[in-house]
Amino acid sequence: MDRLRDKIVPVTTLLAILVVAWYAFAVILNAPFQRDLDRRAGETPGTVEFIGKTLTQAKPTLPSPDQVATNFFENTFLRKITSNRSLIYHSWVTLSSTLLGFAFGTVLGIVIAVGIVHVTTLDRSLMPWIIASQTIPILAIAPMIIVVLAAVGITGLIPKALISTYLSFFPVAVGMVKGLRSPELMHLDLMHTYNASPSQTFWKLRMPASVPFLFTSMKVAVAASLVGAIVGELPTGAVAGIGAKLLAAAYYSQSIDMWSALVAGSVVAALLVVAVGIVGRFVERSMGGRPA
Amino acid sequence: MSIVIPEPKQVAAMSEIKNPVIEASKLGLTFQTNDGPVQALANVDLTIGKGEFVSFIGPSGCGKTTLLRVIADLEKPTSGNILVNGMSAEKAREARAYGYVFQAAALFPWRTIAGNVALPLEIMGISKAEQAERIKRTLDLVNLSGFEKKYPWQLSGGMQQRASIARALAFDADLLLMDEPFGALDEIVRDHLNEQLLELWGRTEKTICFVTHSIPEAVYLSTRIVVMSPRPGRVTDIIESTLPRERPLDIRETPEFLAIAARVRDGLRAGHSYED
Repeated sequence: MDRLRDKIVPVTTLLAILVVAWYAFAVILNAPFQRDLDRRAGETPGTVEFIGKTLTQAKPTLPSPDQVATNFFENTFLRKITSNRSLIYHSWVTLSSTLLGFAFGTVLGIVIAVGIVHVTTLDRSLMPWIIASQTIPILAIAPMIIVVLAAVGITGLIPKALISTYLSFFPVAVGMVKGLRSPELMHLDLMHTYNASPSQTFWKLRMPASVPFLFTSMKVAVAASLVGAIVGELPTGAVAGIGAKLLAAAYYSQSIDMWSALVAGSVVAALLVVAVGIVGRFVERSMGGRPA
Repeated sequence: MSIVIPEPKQVAAMSEIKNPVIEASKLGLTFQTNDGPVQALANVDLTIGKGEFVSFIGPSGCGKTTLLRVIADLEKPTSGNILVNGMSAEKAREARAYGYVFQAAALFPWRTIAGNVALPLEIMGISKAEQAERIKRTLDLVNLSGFEKKYPWQLSGGMQQRASIARALAFDADLLLMDEPFGALDEIVRDHLNEQLLELWGRTEKTICFVTHSIPEAVYLSTRIVVMSPRPGRVTDIIESTLPRERPLDIRETPEFLAIAARVRDGLRAGHSYED
């Protein structure tokens, strides 16, 4: 009951409002083109018929929710997953480079954080560069990464994954610096009274203390990874992946395809964030976390 | 305002102490702060013998916690000398000469009670079998048998503090440094833990240095009470307890107990400078 009241009701209410607003905007935005069509055909449809027509155009300015839903359903469940039109196929291509880039990014982020926390020189020198790295538009740097790596013979999955890495290491590094510095002074004093070595303090205190910070930042990082993978597919002439699908649909003004690719991307993002959350909760539970 | 630093009153008595565990002479510690230097400790002379239970009492800012931290080598003195077990405080810490109990239990929340007690043992490289044996023994000692697999949040505050005492006892250091360990607990739990601590002290013959701001606690527990006073932090009186080693809780109603408590209170009143 509590769950129903606290979560399901507010979420569905908001969703219903959004859908209604979407339909309204679909009618408004598609109306000029529909009026144009009707004028040329010499037709004068009634209001209801006119609204119906705005919601069923083949290449609408803003497709209606049911058009997107139908397209998404067909391309997800009714195609063979090896088909070029299957959203599952495209999602899988994007997902594989997302996951690889996310794994690289997490490891890189942790390594950078450990360096920053333990080496004073890195603490002073690295952080400004890390922040600067995130102010460079990824769309500008992505083609350069692909081109440079292709020149040294690296092609395929890894260049795309590296763009994901570029976006995902940042939240992990920032979160882990905070996490590794989170132990209280009293805990550090305690380790000092045991004459613990720096590596013992790291493995027995700093690392376990940083785990909650790690999972929080990994949730942000995995979503950023997906964005990186999709962006990585745009300028590279990729033929498969959600990014490639978006680009192709945009080329041919297939707005419905574009929207359903967007939906596919959001679904993948949601699944990834939820998966990281579940793993995080599982790890915290096994580390004696108080059940919420 | 001029501060007259009184000479330690019991220089003669101190030289008689055999097997000194802690020897401080002319100990001073000045912190440099933004408001200028603060003298946390000035001219502290103190000798603590093996097997003593010494309480440090005084108003906040009198340096009692700082003194304990200097003994533990968590702070470095800026003048004078400190010897622990006949060596420098740093060497003594490196030799794991003492167990330290903090104001809060400071248990690691991701470790079980047994895991927390095992922490110093793991760091000191003690074998798994020996670890298990010591965990059992020390948890028995603080009456926490059966709670090995519980996590800290599943225990009450008093039980958590007992677990932290077990952790300090686990590696068999002869010296126990306790910094207001029961300060955050309610009085009923506190009485109970005081009783248990005395019993534990009697059984293990450890030397205990105990910081507190409670007069009854200090008198009830100690063989000697060191009264301290702030600005600068210094020792103003050292009171030998005449109470027997066996102390039931109701000893606190005896005239002897009340007389010692009155002397401690007088010492605090004479030393502190609340009027300014």
